Amino acid sequence: MDRHIQAPLKKEDIDSLKSGDYVYITGTIYVARDAAHKRMDDLLNKGQKLPIELQDNIIYYMGPSPAREGRPIGSAGPTTASRMDKYAPKLLDLGLRGMIGKGKRSAAVKEAIVRNGCVYFAAVGGAGAIISKAITSSEVVAYDDLGTEAIRKLNVVDFPCIVIIDKEGNDLYETAIEEYRQE
Amino acid sequence: MREIDASKITDAVKEMCIEANHYLTEDMKKALNNAAEEERSPLGKQVLCHLQDNLKIAAEDMIPICQDTGMAVMFVEIGQDVHVNGSLKDAINEGVRLGYTEGYLRKSVVRDPLDRVNTGDNTPAVIHYDIVQGDGLKLTLAPKGFGSENMSRVFMLKPADGEEGVKEAILTAVKDAGPNACPPMVVGVGIGGTFEKCALLAKKALTRSADSHSDIKWVADMESELLDKINKTGIGPGGLGGSTTALAVNIETYPTHIAGLPVAVNICCHVNRHSVREL
Repeated sequence: MDRHIQAPLKKEDIDSLKSGDYVYITGTIYVARDAAHKRMDDLLNKGQKLPIELQDNIIYYMGPSPAREGRPIGSAGPTTASRMDKYAPKLLDLGLRGMIGKGKRSAAVKEAIVRNGCVYFAAVGGAGAIISKAITSSEVVAYDDLGTEAIRKLNVVDFPCIVIIDKEGNDLYETAIEEYRQE
Repeated sequence: MREIDASKITDAVKEMCIEANHYLTEDMKKALNNAAEEERSPLGKQVLCHLQDNLKIAAEDMIPICQDTGMAVMFVEIGQDVHVNGSLKDAINEGVRLGYTEGYLRKSVVRDPLDRVNTGDNTPAVIHYDIVQGDGLKLTLAPKGFGSENMSRVFMLKPADGEEGVKEAILTAVKDAGPNACPPMVVGVGIGGTFEKCALLAKKALTRSADSHSDIKWVADMESELLDKINKTGIGPGGLGGSTTALAVNIETYPTHIAGLPVAVNICCHVNRHSVREL
């Protein structure tokens, strides 16, 4: 089913999203990947405040290519989410509501998704040029020294993605494959 | 002795970096088009059409096909009758530096695997040299993204594992990779040699045309059989289920030791980029 939703996420939207839904997101989302997650985790371990507000927000796992003049961003497709599995459960427990990436998640992340009523979306891997067209602005909000790995705040309009793991813990990567398996 | 200026090599490498990251080769485009026509899953078909549109936008608006513009892997075939005026290695790295900075490509290389400070210009490249007869210089650039690189494997099989063991190893690597490697994939396989030789063969296999087959009959048969088997796993485009999981399986072989059967599986996503120049 095709759905249009707003970011930050609303509880009623998350409640109605089902694994396999094609979703277009409009609003504000954050971008962070490996190095930024490590820094945020270090801060939390020291009991310090994060540079971004997590409550009801979405983190997009992505590291863009540089923007050409007059454009908000370069190529901007998802990176493999499992590299953030070590850090994600803690962020979900602290209020993060959605993640966008690609690829499988660990059992611990799935449990945290169900425990907190969250959602994991996948964007199409290797489609960074077309995905960049859904991003209307990009601003570095922390860790500028990390270059492509800095934390960014994006404004997106009809950003295309697919619900992989819904709040019930249904996982499209497990169910969809069964349908087409011919072994 | 033929003389080649290092600056000519730098210019070529710069162009190759930009070209490979914005345009796929014809064989890859054809493979994607065929897949989009034949895919059985509606969602899978939608993903493949999305990828075709992505290629169009990348070329028209000069936006890299994928934001992971890769680590620059360069295969150099240099004739023994060629003399490079200057350093060949420095010339290649300077070309990568210029290509990635002036071409708006992502800098994805860190100077040390543990301290992880970005080098800021995507250097150094990973360079493989092969000295051949004659006075030619052939450069093959394959910018390699790490979503799929991370899912690649080396299996040190026993001779008794034989053909079935090899097939099982390849299927295991592909199934474990699943959605993480951005399917539909191209699967590069190296069989034989030593631990490092089979990995190098697998990488080189990825630079072969997606519609080509090995000249060795059993190898060509295995390529076809494995492509069929991989497409029956159900993984599908984006890992969202479907009949297109791989676009090609390319296998290279080499003699090996009486005690061994090394197999390397180097997985590449559908953005299987390469650019070739002969100087």
